[in-house]
Amino acid sequence: MPPLVTLSGVAKRFPNGTLAVDRVDLAIEAGSFVSLLGPSGCGKSTILRMIAGLIEPSTGRIDWPGLPEATRAGGHPELGFVFQEPTLMPWASVAENIRLPLRVSGASKAEADTRVDEAIRMVGLEGFAKSFPRELSGGMKMRVSIARALVTRPKVLLMDEPFAALDEITRFKLNNDLLALWQQHKWTVVFVTHSVFESVYLSNRILVMSARPGRIVEDIAIDAPYPRDDRFRVSDAYGDLCRDVSRSLHQAIAA
Amino acid sequence: MTDTTAQPKSRRESLWLKVGAPLAIGIVVLVAWETMVRVKEIPWYILPGPLAIGEAMIRDWHMLWPSLVNTLQVTALALIVAVLGGFSLAVLFASARWIELSLFPYAVILQVTPIVAIAPLIIVYVDNLTMALLICAWIVAFFPILSNTTIGLNSADHNLLDLMRLYGAKRWQVLWFIRVPGALPFFLGGLRISGGLALIGAIVAEFVAGGAGSGSGLAFRILEASYRLEIPRMYASLFLISGAGIVIFLAFTALNHLLLRRWHESAIKREG
Repeated sequence: MPPLVTLSGVAKRFPNGTLAVDRVDLAIEAGSFVSLLGPSGCGKSTILRMIAGLIEPSTGRIDWPGLPEATRAGGHPELGFVFQEPTLMPWASVAENIRLPLRVSGASKAEADTRVDEAIRMVGLEGFAKSFPRELSGGMKMRVSIARALVTRPKVLLMDEPFAALDEITRFKLNNDLLALWQQHKWTVVFVTHSVFESVYLSNRILVMSARPGRIVEDIAIDAPYPRDDRFRVSDAYGDLCRDVSRSLHQAIAA
Repeated sequence: MTDTTAQPKSRRESLWLKVGAPLAIGIVVLVAWETMVRVKEIPWYILPGPLAIGEAMIRDWHMLWPSLVNTLQVTALALIVAVLGGFSLAVLFASARWIELSLFPYAVILQVTPIVAIAPLIIVYVDNLTMALLICAWIVAFFPILSNTTIGLNSADHNLLDLMRLYGAKRWQVLWFIRVPGALPFFLGGLRISGGLALIGAIVAEFVAGGAGSGSGLAFRILEASYRLEIPRMYASLFLISGAGIVIFLAFTALNHLLLRRWHESAIKREG
C-alpha cells in the first residue's frame, strides 16, 4: 500500500529571506498518528501548513499517492485542520460553527444536520449546540474546533499545537478523547507539539525537528500498544520513552 | 456570582444612573433657566423661558410638524443611500486592493471638505431642492459607514480565512460567511455616527438653500422665525432637531445591542 502523503526535498524560504524548512523527506502511512516535535520556531507549523496546501513549498514536492485522483484537485475535503486557537466565528452558535465546512461545500440541509449532530456527539458537546463560543470554556471551544474539523469526515486530521493553551487537566482529558476517536475512526493524524510528554502519549511515530533551518533530525517509533490511558501515563515504559525522546530533542536543539 | 442578591441591586443602580441622573440634570437646568428669565425679567424676544418655548411648540405645531417630517424624510433617505453606497463600496474595496487605493483618497476629500462649502454649488447645479438636500446629507453620512465597514471587512481572523481556503471556499462565500458578519460591529458603529451626520447634513443644506427652501424643513423654520424675531419658535425648532438626533442615536444604539448582545464584547454586560 502506498503511503498516504509524501514530502520529497521540501524546503520553504519566506519572502523576508528566512529559510523556515529545509530538505524534508517524509512519507506518512495511512492510519498513523505522527507528531512533529520541536522547539518554537523550528518550522513544524510551516510543514503542517504546506501539507494542508495553505502555503506552497519553495522547492520540492508534496504528493498524495494514498488518495484517489479525483479528490486531489481543488479544495481538500479529505483534510481537517485544527489551529492552536479555537478560531471560531464569535457571531455563530456552536452548531453553526461546526456546519461551516458543509455550508462551503454546499451539502443539503438534512445531510448537514445529521453530520453536525454526529460531530457534536463525537466531541461530547451534547446540549451546547445553541451556545455561543464566548459562553464556553477554553477546552469546550477547542472541542468545537475539533468537531468542525471532523464534520467533513476527513481522512487526515492536521493539528497545530491544538492543546498548547489549555490547562493540564483539560489537556489530558482532550488527549484521551482524541486517542479514543482516532482508534475508532482510523484517520491519519499529523500533530504538531512542543511537548515531549504529549507527543509520546499520543503518537506511534515522533519526528524530532531542529531549528534554523527546520529539519527533521530523528524519526522515532513509539511502539507502546493502544489503547493508552491514564495508567500508561504513569507507567515506567512511558517514563523511559519520554526520557529517550527528551534526549533526542535536546540533541536537536544543541546541534 | 457568589452573592445572588447583589446583581439585581447593581442593575437597578446602573439604570437609575443611566436614566435618572441625566434627567435630573435636565430638570435642574430647565428650572434654573425659567427662574432666571423670570427674576431678571428678560424679555421673550431676547431669551424665552422653557415654558414660553413649550407654548410656541404647541401653538406652531401645525407648521413645525410638517417641517420635522420633511427634514426626517431627507435624513432617512440620505442615510439609506449612504448605507447602500458605503457598504457596497466597502465590499468593492475589500475585494480589490487597487480599487481601495485609487478611490479612498477621493472619499477622504469628500469627507474633509466642509459641507457648508459644497452645499451652495450643489444647490446651484441641482434643480430639485429635495434632491439637492439629499445629496448634501448623503455626502456627510456615507464616509463613516464606508471607512468603518472597510476596516471591519479587512479585520477577519486570518486563521478563519485560511480555513476557508482549505475547504476551497469561493470568494463570495468568504465574504458572506466570514467577512460580512465580522464587519457588523464596525458597520453599526459607523451607522450610529452617520445617523447624526445625515441629520446635520440635511439641516446645513436647508440653511444654505435659505429662502429658496420655502415650505421645507426645520432649518427653514428657524431662518423664517429669525427674520420675524419669533425667538420662542426658533428654540422650539432647535429642540425638535436635537430631539430627532437623540431618537436616531437611541434607535441605532438599540439596534446595535439587539444584533450584538450574544457575541460582541462591546454589547455584553460584564459581571462583577
